Amino acid sequence: MTAAACTTMSLPMADGATTFNYTVVRQFAIMTVVWGIVGMAVGVLIAAQLLWPDLTFGIPWLSYGRLRPLHTNAVIFAFGGSGLIGTSYYVVQRTCQARLFCGPLAAFTFWGWTAVIVLAAITLPLGFTSGKEYAELEWPIDILIAVVWIAYAIVFFGTIAKRRTPHIYVANWFYGAFILTIALLHIVNSAEVPASLWPMKSYSAYAGVQDAMVQWWYGHNAVGFFLTAGFLGMMYYFVPKQAGRPIYSYRLSIVHFWALIFTYMWAGPHHLHYTALPDWTQSIGMLFSLILLAPSWGGMINGMMTLSGAWHKLRDDPILKFLIVSLSFYGMSTFEGPMMSIKTVNALSHYTDWTIGHVHSGALGWVAFITIGSMYYMIPRMFGRPQMWSMRLVTAHFWIATLGVVLYIASMWIAGVMQGLMWRATNPDGTLTYAFVESVKATYPFYAIRLLGGTLFLAGMLLMAWNVARTIAIGKATAAPIPPVGAMLPAAA
Amino acid sequence: MLVPLSVVLVFAIGACFWWATAHGQFDDLEGPAHRVVADDDAH
Repeated sequence: MTAAACTTMSLPMADGATTFNYTVVRQFAIMTVVWGIVGMAVGVLIAAQLLWPDLTFGIPWLSYGRLRPLHTNAVIFAFGGSGLIGTSYYVVQRTCQARLFCGPLAAFTFWGWTAVIVLAAITLPLGFTSGKEYAELEWPIDILIAVVWIAYAIVFFGTIAKRRTPHIYVANWFYGAFILTIALLHIVNSAEVPASLWPMKSYSAYAGVQDAMVQWWYGHNAVGFFLTAGFLGMMYYFVPKQAGRPIYSYRLSIVHFWALIFTYMWAGPHHLHYTALPDWTQSIGMLFSLILLAPSWGGMINGMMTLSGAWHKLRDDPILKFLIVSLSFYGMSTFEGPMMSIKTVNALSHYTDWTIGHVHSGALGWVAFITIGSMYYMIPRMFGRPQMWSMRLVTAHFWIATLGVVLYIASMWIAGVMQGLMWRATNPDGTLTYAFVESVKATYPFYAIRLLGGTLFLAGMLLMAWNVARTIAIGKATAAPIPPVGAMLPAAA
Repeated sequence: MLVPLSVVLVFAIGACFWWATAHGQFDDLEGPAHRVVADDDAH
């Protein structure tokens, strides 16, 4: 530890706060579990609709086209978003040893974000959509999202500014990049001209192929910064904490961060291979997607190797199982992604269920697992408990969820490759071998397996909800004191 | 439009990196990892 670090460490607390703000963390943590169940239940419903198209009796509000964006918004922004904001508030307070900046504004971010989600749950089934994937919400809600997000940025960076530790821990860099980039992405992509308030309707500020490019610049960076950078922030805090060991290489974590940040922005065009987008743009997208493999795997190895020399902990710690398996899914999907961005592979995979399998290997295997593991770490601490009410239930949740993910992605991989091959098959005379509907029929059994996998994953979330409810019932929401200055001494000192 | 925007961003990120280096964020690449684990957050 350097001399400069020691002197700045003894700065007095500017605002005289003696406790951490756990209230807002608690609220977000509970809603993460609630929205997880809601979002995944909608997912199971639409998976069932693909198997039984008449399942919801043709009721328009429950039609697949309206529920699918509700599912994606609920799992990404409601479940993932609440998990990210909640854990970032926890991590930034613990690592900065300072109370959250501006309590009322932090409370506003919770109620504002929850309002956005409720509005989404109402307007999407009503059929109000801007038609942009992962940005379907209409203009009044877009404005609310922008306001809440800027408030979130102020709370987060305000806390960084008043930190009592000189160093900004790497998790905060990941969370910070996620917050700033999402603000930029949302505001640029949602630039639209309002047409009417009710029914909600607007027109995009961009047209044609530009609109498509802006949309996928947004779409891919939402994957890169919402679903990757944000959750890597979670990983860099909760993996070392749960393992009780520092991250394998702190130096590598910093290289990971800067390499990811510099390259991610350029990968978006791989969503538009073989479209009207200029060829060179597609090739740049493919090139940067391939480059991304390096920092991604660097980060994955860094997280996993944290257990180096302590692998036995994996045997009986289900929370570590969640965290480490999430990293292996992160490694898998960040390998699969660049491969799928190669144009010749994409020619086979695009528009097939392979993409759905890829997305869920990332969304269930990486995002949901790291969130669930982090929640199992954080929730007991929010309620003054040493651990969850039942660790056996956590273990059960782990195995049910793992089985669910494997069934889900394996069935979608097989279905996707099969569809791609069927669509491109031609007879000697040049005509297509299969009609489209024949590929749909061949996919049928795989839709059934996918439904089973999704149902298992949802069942695991219900176990979690029960476990969380019991933990809260026997626990007590207490205010945690901020440790005295200098309490956070390095073990090596 | 996105190309100039992305180039501006790269410079902004470069500026952040320069700030971090100039302000000693990378002077100690061992201590921070240990301090986070040492923080006792069990209550």
